[in-house]
Amino acid sequence: MKRWTTAMLAFVGLMAIWEWLVRAGVWSPVLVPSPADVGRYLVASIQDKTLLEASYVTLKRLMLGYAVGLGFGLPLGLLTARFKFFQNTLGLLALGFQTLPSVCWAPLALLWFGQTETAMFFIVIMGSIWSITLAADAGVRNVPPIYARAAQTMGSRGLHTWFKVILPASLPFIVSGMKQGWAFAWRSLMAAEIYITILTGFGLGHLLHYGRELHAMDTVIGIMIVIVIIGLLTDKILFSPFERFLHRRWGTGK
Amino acid sequence: MTLSDELRHEPPEKLLVECVSKTFQVRSGKLLALENISLNVREGEFVCLVGPSGCGKSTLLNIIAGLDSPDTGRVLADGEVVTRPGRERMVMFQEPSLFPWLDVFDNVMFGLKLNPRLSKEGRRKVALFFLKLVGLEKFIHANIHELSGGMKQRVALARALAPNPRVLLMDEPFGALDAMTREQLYGDIQEIWAKRRKTIMFVTHNVREAVCLGDRVMLFSPHPGRIQEQFEIKLPRPRDINSVELAKYSTEITRTLKRHLIPELAEVSE
Repeated sequence: MKRWTTAMLAFVGLMAIWEWLVRAGVWSPVLVPSPADVGRYLVASIQDKTLLEASYVTLKRLMLGYAVGLGFGLPLGLLTARFKFFQNTLGLLALGFQTLPSVCWAPLALLWFGQTETAMFFIVIMGSIWSITLAADAGVRNVPPIYARAAQTMGSRGLHTWFKVILPASLPFIVSGMKQGWAFAWRSLMAAEIYITILTGFGLGHLLHYGRELHAMDTVIGIMIVIVIIGLLTDKILFSPFERFLHRRWGTGK
Repeated sequence: MTLSDELRHEPPEKLLVECVSKTFQVRSGKLLALENISLNVREGEFVCLVGPSGCGKSTLLNIIAGLDSPDTGRVLADGEVVTRPGRERMVMFQEPSLFPWLDVFDNVMFGLKLNPRLSKEGRRKVALFFLKLVGLEKFIHANIHELSGGMKQRVALARALAPNPRVLLMDEPFGALDAMTREQLYGDIQEIWAKRRKTIMFVTHNVREAVCLGDRVMLFSPHPGRIQEQFEIKLPRPRDINSVELAKYSTEITRTLKRHLIPELAEVSE
């Protein structure tokens, strides 16, 4: 509780300084709106539902794309860790693609799929899948061989060893890879939404884009704040419980 | 089969190692880790293998466990050739091998869950029984990292005993522990061995430890790994590692060992 109070107080203080600087006329009001302006925009856009709808559209794309990225990335990582052939082919490919900024997929996605939801999914998947693959691969490779040997003496074989020993043993790596994959997915989706205009749904990226076009700085900053808050919340809701569990069990972190 | 054959027919040795050799490929060429090892272990016997580090004791133990395969020769357990690991021969490893993603209880349950003959309730009872046996009933839901080194090895012992193996293979299980904890565990292991009547094969580089625990002590020498001599330890149990009789035995064995390996003597502690 104390942490929350400290954080809240710090943010309120920050906003007060911001408001004061704007009132003192340090910056042009066209470039830096006051926190009150941003607040008014956020309230208005919540009331006319544009913000909620945009958040819903964006989060739906993100969740679905990320789920597919995870669903493919994890098994691919296990494959590259288990088979030399996949390591030398797929593993190399994953490493290469992971270094490719995912917005670079946008032109290709546009030409292949047009201005559609599919193009969006494609970019999100490409953004998240490779780092998850690489993390799963690294996780499996870092499992001390003694675990599998110990399990074998207890009668564990084949798939049982994989699911009950190798996979849980590599969880710390896999969770940090999932987190990284999530961050990449989020980034690539924002880039895609700013870059690609589609008619099937306006996401947060689109609102940001139009804010710029209309030179509505309160919109731009307001949406940025929303994006940061969503990022924070997903981290706290999706990954923190996992990480807390891992820290408790492995005795790492504090 | 005639009656006299039948009467002469003795039960097979618990463990029979026949002419086992093992070579490892190392950077500088080939390393003969084990050369022509033959030994036998009777039902319920406590056998200790002693030798300096790198003499192939652990390799032999892994081969008996079925984790490694020998280049030549074979291992028979109850008259059957060992081809793969199985829960009838459980191993307690030198390195920490408890699963950090499971708590103490689930670590012990791991092997039990692989036994289809037990009911869910039966498994729980067995796990609790063995955790009580090693004195950890108060820590069943502790995480592994919260335990001391000695407690970890107790959990490992409970985990190895729980699936009711006929043979327990122990690879320097107390090597990383302090002397006080070790002495306590010597007492525990003798008590458990007496209660459960397991066949135990125990690898160590500590001669005193071997004399304290074993019915029989086998001396290993390295390069290549060979069994040099065997000693029957005829001391009453439970044995105290600090007793004078035990020290006499271990002095004698250490002397013999040093004769076999002058260059390596620095690594062997009495």
